[in-house]
Amino acid sequence: MSANAAPPITPPGQAGGVIPVSRGRRGNTRRFSLLTRRDRLTLTLMVGLPAFVHILLIWVPTLGSILLSFTSWNGIGGLERIKWIGLKNYQVLATVYPPFWPAVQHNLLWLAVFLLIATPLGMLLAVILDQNIRGSRIYQSVLYMPVVLSLAIVGFIWGYLIYSPGDGFINNALAAVTGNPDFVKPGTQIDWIGTKGLNLAAVLVAASWRHVGYIMVLYLAGLKSVDNTLREAAAIDGANARQTFFRVIFPVLAPINVVVLVVTIIESLRAFDIVYVINKGLNGLELLSVMIVTNLLGEASLVGFGSAIAVVLLLISIGPIILYLYRTMREGPE
Amino acid sequence: MQAVVDGFTKSTGIPVNVNTVEHGKFQDTINAYLQATPDDAFTWFAGYRMRFFAGQGLATDISDVWGTIAANYTDAFKTASTGDDGKQYFIPFYNYPWVVIYRKSVFADKGYAIPKTIDEFKALGDKMKADGLIPLAFGDKDGWPAMGTFDILNMRMNGYDFHVNLMAGKEKWTDPKTQAVFAKWAELLPYFDPQPLGKTWQESAQDMISGKAGMYFLGTFAGEQASDPAVHDDLDFFPFPTLGTEYDAEMAIDAPIDGFMVSAKAKNVDGAKAFMEYLASAEAQGIFLTSSPNNVAAAKNADTSKYTPFQLKMAEIIGASGKIAQFLDRDTRPDFAGANGMQGFLQTFLGEPTQDLGKFLQGVQDFYDSLPPVA
Repeated sequence: MSANAAPPITPPGQAGGVIPVSRGRRGNTRRFSLLTRRDRLTLTLMVGLPAFVHILLIWVPTLGSILLSFTSWNGIGGLERIKWIGLKNYQVLATVYPPFWPAVQHNLLWLAVFLLIATPLGMLLAVILDQNIRGSRIYQSVLYMPVVLSLAIVGFIWGYLIYSPGDGFINNALAAVTGNPDFVKPGTQIDWIGTKGLNLAAVLVAASWRHVGYIMVLYLAGLKSVDNTLREAAAIDGANARQTFFRVIFPVLAPINVVVLVVTIIESLRAFDIVYVINKGLNGLELLSVMIVTNLLGEASLVGFGSAIAVVLLLISIGPIILYLYRTMREGPE
Repeated sequence: MQAVVDGFTKSTGIPVNVNTVEHGKFQDTINAYLQATPDDAFTWFAGYRMRFFAGQGLATDISDVWGTIAANYTDAFKTASTGDDGKQYFIPFYNYPWVVIYRKSVFADKGYAIPKTIDEFKALGDKMKADGLIPLAFGDKDGWPAMGTFDILNMRMNGYDFHVNLMAGKEKWTDPKTQAVFAKWAELLPYFDPQPLGKTWQESAQDMISGKAGMYFLGTFAGEQASDPAVHDDLDFFPFPTLGTEYDAEMAIDAPIDGFMVSAKAKNVDGAKAFMEYLASAEAQGIFLTSSPNNVAAAKNADTSKYTPFQLKMAEIIGASGKIAQFLDRDTRPDFAGANGMQGFLQTFLGEPTQDLGKFLQGVQDFYDSLPPVA
């Protein structure tokens, strides 16, 4: 499911073979090999090994998950205890399992918030910091700091230190500022983590906090690579800052834009740790990725059922994957 | 625990290596652990969760050990250690009751009396509210603490047998008797912390300890949160009040037993069994309890002279209970009770207690029915 790293697959057999170089030369069909035996071996290893690893680590588990999603298995005992049950897992998922549809919605909402708010904000910050304002380095470091933290840590920081109803920063700050002790009193305090809807918003703020810095750095690197003469030319033509960015810089940065888009999509679909740390993805924080884990882990795992959820997530991920591969492959040969 | 192991090694000369794993992680990976290269003995829970692994052939039959240690335990403990095939797979080590915990000083200050019946409990709750306290602390962010409340209400209203049968899938969640439990719970919720879903049990225990809440219904492990010994000494508890039903006399409670099992792949089975025999002794349990003041020994001949008043009271309440359940997630199938199932259902109820209970319980039953048959 990690799409961005996937090279086009080369069947191992074809690698390092004989290269026909005869096209158009007086009908010369002589097949001569420029490659020594050693070269061939090297090539085979260089292409074959990654292909093998790729198939082993990506394709085998993916196909395995798809197959398992049609079965029932508690993860104990040999393969002979796996029972084929057809589409039942999917049927249960769609009709019986209450957290499923909320999880799909939350995943899509996550994507929307990242695409429409966090990513544009990160790009905006990058553009501002690109203006060589004073202390730019400091701002960059501060904004980038959250990115070096894992999302599990981010979840801990926000979930326990900031949002915790009794001990958290926000409620205590509110109580201190307003002088109203109700903000830290059980029963009247704001329950950031326990209230459906509010908790999702709170977690999205925390996740965006990290995402914004990530996008900022990516985009800033892109902006630094833009030829300054473009800006000068635009200025000479009388373009204002906004026009310069949207008419000149943004189109020039097309490759970076695609990367940013893909990163955003991947980040929102793989959202897991932050929610799992906060409350195991229950009570309004349901996500497909967490449901896969809660159904697979534990003493009597529902391996087939968890796999069915994984397949749903795979299907959702495939759209952006195809888009990305299509773009990179089309651009490749030219 | 190391002290217990040292005691064993001293008396038998068999060395034991302790491999400590964080308990949440242990539970999540137990499945793979037992199938790969497990240690010879491992800690586990009595009840359905023990029978499940025994039934899957992942534990070693230790009936022969029970032949020599049976006298150490009451029949209830032996039953809790017995698999579906009638053989024993488990050594009870310690247990603890689920009770209503409070601070003696708070009760003394305000002149509160211990409620025996639910009406007294409600009257006390009203008084506490008037005094600006939350009557019952409550935290269910982790999903499982609410199970204890369901257990006690179900056992008090419908009896132990119905509860156990419901857990085993022989009774239905859609049964009007089950629905009545949730209706009663909804009726009592005004006395609970109104915001349980963002709080861990530790935070709720702190609410009670710091005097923001008057009482807390939890396992006695809540005492772990009282790190100051003086505060711990100030803690006391009583059994959940009776509800005025025919099952009051039963005084059933949750008193989960933790203990040990021998893995099916144990390399040194004889050594492991000798270790089990030692763990079943009052001596071993006594050593352990000196460092674990919120549990009591499972062996009936355990030396209670070193018990704190807290522990004596625990033993007294467990002893006075006619029926002992293990806890919802130990009494029913694990794939139903986990974060993928019942934990989420109970939170849905707590988030919206006024919802259509019939529809809610139909959802629970549908999920139960969708699970694969237990092999």
